[in-house]
Amino acid sequence: MAKTHVTMKVNGAEVEGLVEPRTLLVHFIRENLQMTGTHIGCETTHCGACTVDIDGMSVKSCTMFAVQANGSDITTIEGMANADGSLSALQEGFRMMHGLQCGFCTPGMIVRAYRLLQENPQPSEEEIRMGISGNICRCTGYQNIVKAIQYAAAKINGVEFKEAAE
Amino acid sequence: MNDLTPTREQRIAALEGMGCKRKRVEDIRFTQGKGNYVDDVKLPGMLHGDFVRSPHAHARVKSINSEEALKVPGVLAVITAETLKTVNLAWMPTLAGDVQMVLADGKVLFQNQEVAFVVAIDRYAADDGINKVVVEYEPLPVVIDPFTAMDKDAPVLREDLAGKTSGAHGPRKHHNHIFEWAVGDKDLTDAAFKKAEVTIKEMISYHRTHPSPLETCQCVCSFDKIKGELTIYGTFQAPHVIRTVVSLIAKLPEQKIHVISPDIGGGFGNKVGAYPGYICAAVASIVTGKPVKWVEDRIENLTATSFARDYHMTTEIAATKDGKVTGLRVHVLADHGAFDACADPSKWPAGFFNIVTGSYDFPVAHLVVDGIYTNKAPGGVAYRCSFRVTEAAYCIERAMDILAKKLGMDPAELRLKNFIKREQFPYHSALGWEYDSGDYHTAMRKMMESTDYAALRKEQADKRAAFKRGETREIMGLGVSFFTEIVGAGPSKNCDILGIAMFDSCEIRMHPTGAGIARMGTKSQGQGHETTWAQIIATEIGIPADNIMVEEGNTDTAPYGLGTYGSRSTPVAGAAIAMAARKIKAKAQMIAAYKLEVHEDDLEWDIDGFRVKGLPEKSMSMKDICWAAYNSVPPGMEPGLEAVSYYDPPNMTYPFGAYLCVMDIDVDTGVYKVRRFYALDDCGTRINPMIIEGQVHGGLTEAFAIAMGQEIRYDPEGNVVTGSFMDFFMPTAVETPHWETDFTVTPSPHHPIGAKGVGESPNVGGVPAFSNAVNDAFSFLGSTHIQMPHDFWRNWQAAKNLGVFA
Repeated sequence: MAKTHVTMKVNGAEVEGLVEPRTLLVHFIRENLQMTGTHIGCETTHCGACTVDIDGMSVKSCTMFAVQANGSDITTIEGMANADGSLSALQEGFRMMHGLQCGFCTPGMIVRAYRLLQENPQPSEEEIRMGISGNICRCTGYQNIVKAIQYAAAKINGVEFKEAAE
Repeated sequence: MNDLTPTREQRIAALEGMGCKRKRVEDIRFTQGKGNYVDDVKLPGMLHGDFVRSPHAHARVKSINSEEALKVPGVLAVITAETLKTVNLAWMPTLAGDVQMVLADGKVLFQNQEVAFVVAIDRYAADDGINKVVVEYEPLPVVIDPFTAMDKDAPVLREDLAGKTSGAHGPRKHHNHIFEWAVGDKDLTDAAFKKAEVTIKEMISYHRTHPSPLETCQCVCSFDKIKGELTIYGTFQAPHVIRTVVSLIAKLPEQKIHVISPDIGGGFGNKVGAYPGYICAAVASIVTGKPVKWVEDRIENLTATSFARDYHMTTEIAATKDGKVTGLRVHVLADHGAFDACADPSKWPAGFFNIVTGSYDFPVAHLVVDGIYTNKAPGGVAYRCSFRVTEAAYCIERAMDILAKKLGMDPAELRLKNFIKREQFPYHSALGWEYDSGDYHTAMRKMMESTDYAALRKEQADKRAAFKRGETREIMGLGVSFFTEIVGAGPSKNCDILGIAMFDSCEIRMHPTGAGIARMGTKSQGQGHETTWAQIIATEIGIPADNIMVEEGNTDTAPYGLGTYGSRSTPVAGAAIAMAARKIKAKAQMIAAYKLEVHEDDLEWDIDGFRVKGLPEKSMSMKDICWAAYNSVPPGMEPGLEAVSYYDPPNMTYPFGAYLCVMDIDVDTGVYKVRRFYALDDCGTRINPMIIEGQVHGGLTEAFAIAMGQEIRYDPEGNVVTGSFMDFFMPTAVETPHWETDFTVTPSPHHPIGAKGVGESPNVGGVPAFSNAVNDAFSFLGSTHIQMPHDFWRNWQAAKNLGVFA
């Protein structure tokens, strides 16, 4: 099948590649760019394991063609750490609050939570739950993911994190 | 001693040993997208394989034509049953003693059954090839309803078994019958029912569902023709078992098979079994000489690799008028689908379903399970439970509620009246188990006090009165569940897989600088073994957990083990870890005695080293002993500090718990709201409370999903109608309730550290809690039992059937 040339910015670096028109963005990221942090869980836009940030929006990369992302600015889980390589507030929050178990949904969850906190820096628990409802986790029951995002929001806002009373 | 000398508390804290909420070491890589899952494995020249699958649930395969497919650019091979017959692999043995088609051999027996395997340069080309394979089918009559599968004129499903009047588990009484498994004393039980003052009888169904981990089943097989070695990366919960099975069925020497389970994206039982994809990828690699990857998509996962449950349990309890149970009789119709690929210990065709007497002192019981074939996907697996234990817990917990209603007793009161008492342990159940320990009354009373159960019942009574007066359309249910699990398979006297005893193992190697590596036969799929296993070692030998690297999943380096499922890791491997650590400690004591110039008996253990009794300043830390082990061991002693332990447990462990679900249901819409969910778990000694709570949250969420909607449903033609996440209920953060956790601690008396396992308890106890809440809500309107799953539609139907819209 004839291939199309695409260029895009991924985690701050210019990348390019030749892809078939039908190549899914998630496969371009995982196979061509060899960034395997973005996962595939359902291939039908339900689970959110493939979530990446494209031009300021959370997007499920399993149902977008690579050619549709031509010219866009993408951030994946590999671009989520602080500039010095240390864990970002969200990554730290997921670890401190035990917001992950098998780790398969975690990249999509963190990338989604990153955009959520950009849009709403001080979300309530209900807003967090609604805000991550496009991402499925099979292990945690979400309760500690909510806490992880609250932890990160507090850290980013420079306030003390008070764990919700059980 | 000066200000800088750490206190005892500081020394204990520095170890991050058992009982501490140690943060997980796995999370550093997982939060940065640096996990290494099977689909992340990329080998040079790697090909992709994918399946042509049957659209029919039952059909004869007249022909398979691959001609056009082989013309598709990038397609290299199309493998069919005929290809597999040349290497004697068209069929494979199942864990349950049956055989299963790897690829359709003459007919197909369930929708999406594997028919041909297309091998291509990438996954897109493989898909193109699939579309060009032409298969001619002749549809046959379909059997979906398990209750008609053994009708006299029911279609013959397994023609390969024609004339076989007995299977792996005894006589077969019909062409669609697999086995009959009977346990207990029939005569005594019948007698108990004859003289019973009160009896109940109900057909309680536990519907077919699926574990559906977020990562599907997948593998990469790479055959090296020169060396004759096969390397398999796969999503295997039990990598050593896979190695042995591959060796036996592919006739490859076991030392030339390398099985690697890298990071696994959840298992929940789905990744215990052996699937056609593994066999086909291995054969494809042998045929092409290149590595071959096989990755299931979600629809394939839900419709082809093992389902769970599908148990239909006719349950009877005999009791006295004042609520003392006197007998239990259960008959189960077990729908195993097209092949009996049940993932149980080999001698247990219905798993440990004979734990069905639950937490209650039944003097007599009798159980019969009939396994049958239907035109559904083969299985089933234990979806986050020990083998068929969730089914058993649901059966007895639902039945106890039904009995309570008949007697006009409170469900909690009925349970308290019938619990096995603390002084009765070790307790011998009527169906053959020896419960190791328990304190059920304490756990139940703690649950009732913590939730103010009495006040909730009062509120419910008020609401029911208001409903009857027409003042509200909301009904309230209290779902009580008290479960006893049976985990930690298991003792070699009664548990094996294909003849291999279900022990588990640990090897510890200490390095000169006071660090070490530990390897086990288990395999974490998210349970956090890299974190918790090191905590056990830290407490046992006084080396900080941070200095212990834990490695699992590589059959070349790990000692042989039976893997992680059935909550067996902590009961079995956890014990092996403690025993291996104690061997290290015993040798360390001899080295310390030599270095300190005292007799071994003059030494005592003190947190992180040995000290001379009565002379606390004369001591040697474990770190220093590690160094000494490599430079100055006592004369005659071998240098080094390593140990291996293979642990064959003397008994299972029996975790238990008391759960309460408070639910409100709007009868006009069927919409429910879980107002409160309280879960008290007793898993014995607690290794990492943070991880235990996480496991409980996750298990409860899966229980919630199963009870309230998650179902693999077939239409009468055998089409799966819930084959994607659009139709198969996957709760998101919005639907998932808030979880309250609590605990009591009753250590296992036979386990080296007293631990019992916890990962699956919340699923086992959770499902009956949710279902009992729904049933309790509707019971005052006249219902006895409403089948799961309790989604909005079924709740609305229940309300309608009970006449509330009249």
